[in-house]
Amino acid sequence: MLPPITLVFVIISKFSFLHPIQTISGHDVKIGIFSFILLCGVILIVGFLHLEYYTVIPTIACSKIALLGQLLHPRHFINSLVHCFMGVIVAWCCAVTMGLRYETLGYPCTESDGHPQMCLNEYHLILLLAGAFVGFSHSLLGVIYNMNYVSFHTVQQYKYLRFKRCLPLVVKCSATQALYSVRNYIVMYLFLGYIPRAWICKTLNLHLDSSVHPLDSIAGLLDLSLLYHLWSSATFLLLTWNITLLLFRIFVTEVYSFPVQSSFTEDSHQCLPKVLTEKQPMILKFLALQDLALLSQHSPSRRCEVFSLSQPGGHPHNWNAISKECLSLLTDLTQRLVAYHDTVATNGRAKSLSSGKDLMSPRPVFLMKTPASVFARSVAGTPQSPLTSLFTPDLDSPFASPALRRLTAPVDQCSPWYGTVQSPHIMRRAPKLWSTSTGEVEFQKSNISFSTHRSSNIQVLSNEVVKNFLAKRVLIMYLFNKLPEASSQALFADSQAHIWALEGLSYLVQASFSEDQFGVVQTTLPSILSCMLVLQEAVDRHFKLPHASSKPVRSTSSMGDSTYKTLRFALRATLKTAIYRITTTFGDHLNAVQISAEHRKRLQQFLEYKE
Amino acid sequence: KLHSRTESSSKAAFLDHSETLWMRMTCKHTNSPVIDAFAVPKWLSMSSGCILALLRWVSSFHGSLFPHLTLSSEDMIAEFSQVLNWSDCVVRAFAWHPHTDKFAVALLDDSIKIYNPKSATTPTLKHRLQRSVAAVQWKPLCASALAVACQNCLLVWHVDPCSLSTRPSSGCAQVLSHPGHSPVTSIAWSPSGSLLLSASPMDSTMMVWDVAAESCVPLQRVGGGGVSFLSWSPDGSHVLASTPSALFRVWETRMWTCERWPCVKGRCQSGCWSPDGSRLLFTVQGEMVIYALTFTDAPGQLSHSGPQAAAVVADLSETTFSTPDGDIVVGGEIQSLVWDPRGERLAVLLKGDPQAADRPAIIAVFKTRANPIFELLPCGFVQGEAGAEPRLMQFHPNFQHGALLTVCWSNGRITHVPFYFVSAGVPHFGLSGSPLLPHPQQRPADFVNQSLFTEFLS
Repeated sequence: MLPPITLVFVIISKFSFLHPIQTISGHDVKIGIFSFILLCGVILIVGFLHLEYYTVIPTIACSKIALLGQLLHPRHFINSLVHCFMGVIVAWCCAVTMGLRYETLGYPCTESDGHPQMCLNEYHLILLLAGAFVGFSHSLLGVIYNMNYVSFHTVQQYKYLRFKRCLPLVVKCSATQALYSVRNYIVMYLFLGYIPRAWICKTLNLHLDSSVHPLDSIAGLLDLSLLYHLWSSATFLLLTWNITLLLFRIFVTEVYSFPVQSSFTEDSHQCLPKVLTEKQPMILKFLALQDLALLSQHSPSRRCEVFSLSQPGGHPHNWNAISKECLSLLTDLTQRLVAYHDTVATNGRAKSLSSGKDLMSPRPVFLMKTPASVFARSVAGTPQSPLTSLFTPDLDSPFASPALRRLTAPVDQCSPWYGTVQSPHIMRRAPKLWSTSTGEVEFQKSNISFSTHRSSNIQVLSNEVVKNFLAKRVLIMYLFNKLPEASSQALFADSQAHIWALEGLSYLVQASFSEDQFGVVQTTLPSILSCMLVLQEAVDRHFKLPHASSKPVRSTSSMGDSTYKTLRFALRATLKTAIYRITTTFGDHLNAVQISAEHRKRLQQFLEYKE
Repeated sequence: KLHSRTESSSKAAFLDHSETLWMRMTCKHTNSPVIDAFAVPKWLSMSSGCILALLRWVSSFHGSLFPHLTLSSEDMIAEFSQVLNWSDCVVRAFAWHPHTDKFAVALLDDSIKIYNPKSATTPTLKHRLQRSVAAVQWKPLCASALAVACQNCLLVWHVDPCSLSTRPSSGCAQVLSHPGHSPVTSIAWSPSGSLLLSASPMDSTMMVWDVAAESCVPLQRVGGGGVSFLSWSPDGSHVLASTPSALFRVWETRMWTCERWPCVKGRCQSGCWSPDGSRLLFTVQGEMVIYALTFTDAPGQLSHSGPQAAAVVADLSETTFSTPDGDIVVGGEIQSLVWDPRGERLAVLLKGDPQAADRPAIIAVFKTRANPIFELLPCGFVQGEAGAEPRLMQFHPNFQHGALLTVCWSNGRITHVPFYFVSAGVPHFGLSGSPLLPHPQQRPADFVNQSLFTEFLS
């Protein structure tokens, strides 16, 4: 990760001074160099923040309250604070670079009685605060629009071409975003500007110059050059950060070619089959899958390695590892879809909790792999079903009972869906939410459930209790209403991996028709086919649900990547193409493959091009 | 009409100005002291006037550089379409399904009909945005998706093959559009079915669409003034993209880099790939020869050494044949080229001369052989009924017994011309008559719906 960051660094540092902030000739060179170094530091920190916070699987909030929860999450809160602070630094650099009246915080002035003292330079202050505000709003928007989500491209291009292509867009985005931020900031400063001003005056023992018009009035803020400078420095700030983000994305998603097999044992952990099966750095797994999809399409020599047999023993280890991992990914998705579908199907009937338990019992097997938001959502799905139906506007009288029953329910009843591995930060956040939003009794109760359950899903619990308290208010209804199609998006949030798995498998199978000398693929062909067909069925069923097939609104002018919103469509298309790829390659030979009668019927449809 | 790039630059300028304008107005309104000297309205009006004049100058310069930019969009489609005389042609586009025996036909009234011998229904596709259809193509490895290049956008229809409905609703169509990217004159699906390319002579960028996600990646290279014709090689490794000026590009699809091929005389009018993607045949407007380019690289290797120059493989200058009906002059400029999927037959649509009666448009068919050396051997001509001239042709993608050429005629008739041969050899069944004489070889296959033309007239 270091080379990308350093390159980010170099390019950005070249950028900073080319920016059209008026570099007044003759201002202090030392301060200029110092601010330049500061800017570099800021870029470095921003780069590290991206490195720390980026994800290949977007977190999708299924309701407004979940979004709020994300925003107030300590992790994101720290992120926002750091952004805020760095915004101040960048604004200070801008102020110093611009010089003139913005340069210092205080200036000597004389009182009306002729007594010299230091006065507050409000122009400087307003610029610094603008930096803080823009930084803060940038990080907030980042959370809302999933700006930390890194998407992979369908079309491979060289880095500089990609950068060149994205640059105008980034400039445009930064300029418009800066415009909106400055507008909001000015409105805020108009009403609340006196607070920081008074505070700064007090702590630094500065005085207000009575001869100068205060800036938090309409007349003071309508200073054209001030507005222009605010806007240009905000643009500068956002531009540098967005370019860092852009470069980071480009470097992270660059195709990395993993060796299929290595002759040295110490390198074996870097080989494609090994990397594929590892779970932890998600990005590595994604890169490996991307590489698999590409190698299966483009390079016959590497495909050959996949189909080869191990030297002593003659086992197709490479193929076995790859196909097993891809199939397990696809099976995961199938199970997730089926479980979700069952949940939705039973939602209207107000299922009892016990049957919910049965439904959930097979789940912990694969829950480990699913992204946090999905399983928070899917776990929440079944047990909450009475609750969600409860909070529809027509019924609100017996709102307390199911949740209380839940909380006091015996452990074994809750355990299947509580026995999931939750990320520790959710737990950390929990006490805060409890203490602020709920009463004492509930807090204790939740503590009991907390200790009895191995690791409880706090989000669900807290939501419930908050609901219990505030269910009747309209605002809360608004907050808790499910965002349409968000659950569907969340379900397919990591589908890029599945798409690559499908592509890789189908291309390999296609190539095996002519390239597979030892017939290693033939042994797994029935399982591949049935896996794909089952998935196809599940996906078809999912798309029959309301909201699943509605297209999201396209947002064009924002730095956030909205690819994740359409992943499910891409998955559906890829799945169909993958099955067709196998059926067209093998044709009637598929009749000799052993699969169940139902699947054969389905396959026949594909052979006749009737899907 | 501004070119897209100048449009975007003017947009950026306007963004900036709208803000200052707004501020200027509010400033005047409240009479607050204006400190900065550059914000006066005089400066603003002068600078914007200058920018406008500059833009106009740039666009006029651009127009003179690329004369096609001044055409109307209908004329432009007619100019760059593979169809001969597109504007008055009854059948505007035709596409065989790559895997089954069904085809789509775009008609003059902007509707598309899908004919399938196995089903009784012929779905008619109509959409509000489906105007001036320049090309249609079925998605490979898919039963239902049909991409349509329209005047303002790109439509992707999903026609369920099992559905009995004759009028699929416009909800079955995905609309793909990008500002500045119209009219779309050429589209090409990748052979793997994952990507869709679209090109417009107005737009120097070529769009790579991810249809399911409805997102596109613009691929831009300076020069050429637009992209008029696209052809994806059957193995998926290369794409031919010709521009309205004397230049075409061959893209490599792994990393999407391109080679520039400047032509001497005119733009590249048409091109086709051999089935293994190693050889590209193309024709240049204003010349009567077919050129060949050979790509030796194995697909998938990044470093490749392309060919250095194109070789002339056939000369189609005018020749006179004496027939019982009188002399016929054959030859001249080439409208389009198609190669059958086995790489054994090449059909060439010659433009002819609309003024001279003895020089009709005609299809010349060549036998092709790749080994040991690449050869084109004249095979015969395809001529229609009296008064009908060929407008558009395509080979059936998987005809079992040889090659099946489908020709759309100016009178709205569609005929299938089969060539029976055993692969790898001489045609033992080339339809009677000496192969070098123009011979009416018309054999409407039984499943062509004969009501096609009458329906259109009504």
